[in-house]
Amino acid sequence: MAAVEMVGKRKYNNLWLDFAGVCILFFLALPTFIVIPMSFSGASYLEFPPESWSFRWYESYFGSSEWMRSTRTSLLVAFLTTIIATPLGSLAAYGLTFTSARVRNVSQLIVVVPILVPVILIAIGVFHLYAKLGLNYTITGIVIAHTSLAVPFVIITVLAGLKNYDFNQELAARSLGASRPRALLTITLPQVKFSIQTGALLAFITSLDEVVVSMFVSGGENATITRRMFNSLRDQVDPTIAAISSCLIIISVSALVTVLIFNRNQSKDQI
Amino acid sequence: MSNTDNENHKSLPIGIKSLSKSYGDVYALENVSLDIKAGEFITLLGPSGSGKTTLLMTIAGFCSPDQGSIYFGQQEMTMTPPHMRGLGMVFQNYALFPFMSVAENVGYPLRVRGMTDSDQKTKIEAALEMVQLGGYGERRIHQLSGGQKQRVALARAMVFEPKIILMDEPLSALDKKLREHMQIELKALHQKLEATIVYVTHDQREALTMSDRIAVINNGRLVQVDAPKALYDNPNDLFVADFIGESVLLQLENSIKGLTLRGKPLKMTNPQPKGGEPHCLVIRPELLVMSNSKDDSLNDLSGIVNASVYQGESVLVMVDLGENTMISVRLPANKSQSSNIIPDVGKPIYLGLHAEDVITVKGRVE
Repeated sequence: MAAVEMVGKRKYNNLWLDFAGVCILFFLALPTFIVIPMSFSGASYLEFPPESWSFRWYESYFGSSEWMRSTRTSLLVAFLTTIIATPLGSLAAYGLTFTSARVRNVSQLIVVVPILVPVILIAIGVFHLYAKLGLNYTITGIVIAHTSLAVPFVIITVLAGLKNYDFNQELAARSLGASRPRALLTITLPQVKFSIQTGALLAFITSLDEVVVSMFVSGGENATITRRMFNSLRDQVDPTIAAISSCLIIISVSALVTVLIFNRNQSKDQI
Repeated sequence: MSNTDNENHKSLPIGIKSLSKSYGDVYALENVSLDIKAGEFITLLGPSGSGKTTLLMTIAGFCSPDQGSIYFGQQEMTMTPPHMRGLGMVFQNYALFPFMSVAENVGYPLRVRGMTDSDQKTKIEAALEMVQLGGYGERRIHQLSGGQKQRVALARAMVFEPKIILMDEPLSALDKKLREHMQIELKALHQKLEATIVYVTHDQREALTMSDRIAVINNGRLVQVDAPKALYDNPNDLFVADFIGESVLLQLENSIKGLTLRGKPLKMTNPQPKGGEPHCLVIRPELLVMSNSKDDSLNDLSGIVNASVYQGESVLVMVDLGENTMISVRLPANKSQSSNIIPDVGKPIYLGLHAEDVITVKGRVE
């Protein structure tokens, strides 16, 4: 977060750099700018820009018990994934900071493998494994699969946060009479809170947005919203999808904003 | 204020018995034994990588030894986790908790001990008074100067009245003037607290200033443990002789008649060492005397001036003794001694060493 502040304070004198930055940001946000207006379309097919406006696709989304059920499934899965992946990834990152540089580098490489490997391979693998274990189409199955995808993001963000942390503080706390878990909870944790929150947010969004693995291992009663959206796209293309996407965007953005606001009040004491 | 009684309510002796610790095939500590008296201010002195910090971390419990044991008083502590050892510790970079106020930092050891808020308050205020930071309790850490941070770290390490306080180069981040001031203050604080203090530094002057005793460590081994003056005047080892003071070591010839310096018998008041082992003469720049002509009552170390460096209070003169040997002499820069006009570069300079000032050490210069 120190880096963010530094960029904010730095004086830019390169207009081209500014321009390029704005262009890239615009390019990244472009799909959002298209999807949201489309969701308010009055037509019964996806069109941009919409010729008429209505809330009918939101009504169709919120009125459908099937869509609502898969939304609840997705939110539940994302919530459970966050709850499991965040402590798991944070503790892994904490542990990795105590290993030698070589072990750490190798572990970091292994940790990011799930990000590098094409998700479809993971999905196929998980599907076959789950077929044997009977975990396909279960909440447990999806949560485990999503957790394995989300943990690397938590580890990477928390490792980055711990890089700036002075571990002598934890030693000091322990010499002053705090047990190791207590030193971790009362001294280290408050100072890497932001990284952990960021990691949790990434875990949540990773799960909520995940399509490929969900296509294979979720279904029936426990189909995630992304899976149902994909299926519905195949059958009939109507702007309900756009309305749902807009809702997902809003959930993600508000989660991000919450973390940022939450942290703003605490960053003042950091050196 | 060294307490020689074995144990009292303010301090504990530390017994270190044949401690060894290795990383791979490198010894960080090799069979180190040391008895630290209750209430003593002892400094572990050595170059970086000598093992002094490993020894301190082993006493603290952050590093477990491969062999040997540690006692606080009668109680064995070798396997006791750090938080059960009841010692205060001050770190090199202060290790203050940046998200807490000064008072919250100092109160941390009291909080983990479950002390009531009102008791905490009195103790915190007393500890801050002790380090001359009374009324600073509400400050944030980032509002403090380096010296103030160090004082907070000290207050935090002593607020719960530990009987042993460990310090890992606590002054090294401060500038020279503040560091020297804090050295005096720390010593005064030690006399007030009466706790046993184990202090780690690589700065020999700091060690000489503050310590009751100094334990010199090199390559994971304890080389010499002595009071500062004894250590300075009677190094028993080439490493100590070289490490303490701005010494130059000069190889002496050892003939049947005894030690000789540049072909002449060495004049010394201490008895000549027996046996034919090689010895070195320890030349300290401040011990050499300059004269206008050769003085036969002194050990002669005359040579040619190679360079002279003005250092404010003194002038350091490099003298070439020939045969690739260079020594240095420190001469006062005050005008009242102007009879001692330092010869120009390239001119001869007459230097002598009093028999009383002769320090010899067994060994051979590499």
